[in-house]
Amino acid sequence: MTSYAPKPGAAPVGRMLLAQTAFETRMLLRNGEQLLLTVVIPTVLLVLFSAVDIVAVEGPGKRVDFLAPGLLALAVMSTAFTGQAIATGFERRYGVLKRLGASPLPRWALLTAKTGCVLVTEALQVALLSVIALALGWSPLGNPLSVVALLVLGTAAFSGLGLLMAGTLKAEATLAAANLVFILLLLAGGVIVPLSKFPGAVRSLLELLPISALSDGLRSVLQSGAGVPWADLGILAGWAVLGLAAAARFFRWE
Amino acid sequence: MNPVPAVQIAGLVKRYGTAPKNRVVAVDGLDLTIAAGAITAVLGPNGAGKTTTIETCEGYRRPDAGTVRVLGLDPVTQSAALRPRIGVMLQSGGVYAGARAVEMLRHTAKLHAHPLDVDALVERLGLGSCGRTTYRRLSGGQQQRLALAMAVVGRPELVFLDEPTAGLDPQARRATWDLVRDLRRDGVTVVVTTHHMDEAEQLADRVAIVDRGKVITEGTTEELCRGGAEDSLRFDGPPGLDLGPLVKELPEGATAVETTPGSYRVEAPVDPKLLATVTGWCAAAGVLPERLSVQRRSLEDVFLDLTGRELRS
Repeated sequence: MTSYAPKPGAAPVGRMLLAQTAFETRMLLRNGEQLLLTVVIPTVLLVLFSAVDIVAVEGPGKRVDFLAPGLLALAVMSTAFTGQAIATGFERRYGVLKRLGASPLPRWALLTAKTGCVLVTEALQVALLSVIALALGWSPLGNPLSVVALLVLGTAAFSGLGLLMAGTLKAEATLAAANLVFILLLLAGGVIVPLSKFPGAVRSLLELLPISALSDGLRSVLQSGAGVPWADLGILAGWAVLGLAAAARFFRWE
Repeated sequence: MNPVPAVQIAGLVKRYGTAPKNRVVAVDGLDLTIAAGAITAVLGPNGAGKTTTIETCEGYRRPDAGTVRVLGLDPVTQSAALRPRIGVMLQSGGVYAGARAVEMLRHTAKLHAHPLDVDALVERLGLGSCGRTTYRRLSGGQQQRLALAMAVVGRPELVFLDEPTAGLDPQARRATWDLVRDLRRDGVTVVVTTHHMDEAEQLADRVAIVDRGKVITEGTTEELCRGGAEDSLRFDGPPGLDLGPLVKELPEGATAVETTPGSYRVEAPVDPKLLATVTGWCAAAGVLPERLSVQRRSLEDVFLDLTGRELRS
């Protein structure tokens, strides 16, 4: 017979973090809509636009040399922003965040685990997209550390915005808005359509978007072999500070 | 029994809404002490303030006034120390929509230092049959049992169950009660909210009746039902009978009231003579007393006496 005699205690925080990260990642990878967003769409766009001459790319190298950095940026946005916003919005709606709030897991550890889950997913995305791009003849240039810095700051910026949305809007509104923003930024953020196609005034506004900074920064390093893209890193850092601060201030757990 | 109370609430006030017009006072000066090692039912109609009170104990709500101590700790400022020691079952939800029952329970166990054996708990609560079904596709009863399992898996000292048997079939309800009794047997304090009187009567050692944000009475079921307390004799008949002549025939100090239209209650020491008096009066008045019964006061009577309203809502 089971004894229910009390023996309370929190698990060591490292174990909780690991368990929560693994669990969140498993939930994400099981979700068909999430996989469509984070894996299928970037992959299809990469293959399609590399093979077919629909959009006019620019810069040195082959079509894939222009497209691969843009789709890496899209992958970051799909996971850190859209996917995270939708998942967290529904976790809030269904009381998951509330229930975890009464568990031994501290809130900071929950958010760290969410970040861990995003980073694991992004690593898988980057690996997959890179393999496909290399198969399509991609020849990346530049310093990998600059690429990592861009990916990390981009993740921070999009996570802040995604959590802000998930923590303030209703789950259904988050679902709709996060998808809408994903499509708008896909089209107007320099992911597959070069920003030079837009009129000058619009273009200089669009260049301030986090997705534009990320795709432009990745392109300047990977396609043109430029040094550290300080301006783009600066824009991303700005969005990260704004987004994370606003999320910390306005996020509602239930 | 541990002499230190598991929960101490003094003068708790909790309001919702900011604009004066739509401000709702959910809890209005509530005092309650909950003994350690026992099962306490917080009983009251929907909207009485039960959930708000429990959620304040769980650290979800910050009191607008008053103090709350759970295991001697402040649930808001000492949350990190308190959370590992309590088990929480919310009224609904709390599980990832895409999670399977057993993996969710296994994950919850991993957040604790000395969790119960997950497989034994799964078997005990019949969750094994949920298989690969994800949470959103489980039946209401399965979802409730999973939430209960998650509340106890960390071997807490104190468990808060918010309407744990709402919507359960009688069999699942009994299984829940059995588990709650086993918790008490092993020294766990259990606080359960309910609006079912029978649940409070059968399960709880102590009952606190809450209405309109206050505890209106508190004690063991025995005490509450004795409270004042005559035995009573009840019967149903046509509504609006004139009870004046009956009262004159009753012994000194006895009362007869129509509790709800068509339901009558005579409060007096019940003996064969009283029964004869009442049926004699009925015969004289040409009334056939239906469902004539001799019984002790129920919690519903206690509530009716105190508020003049019915407990069920």
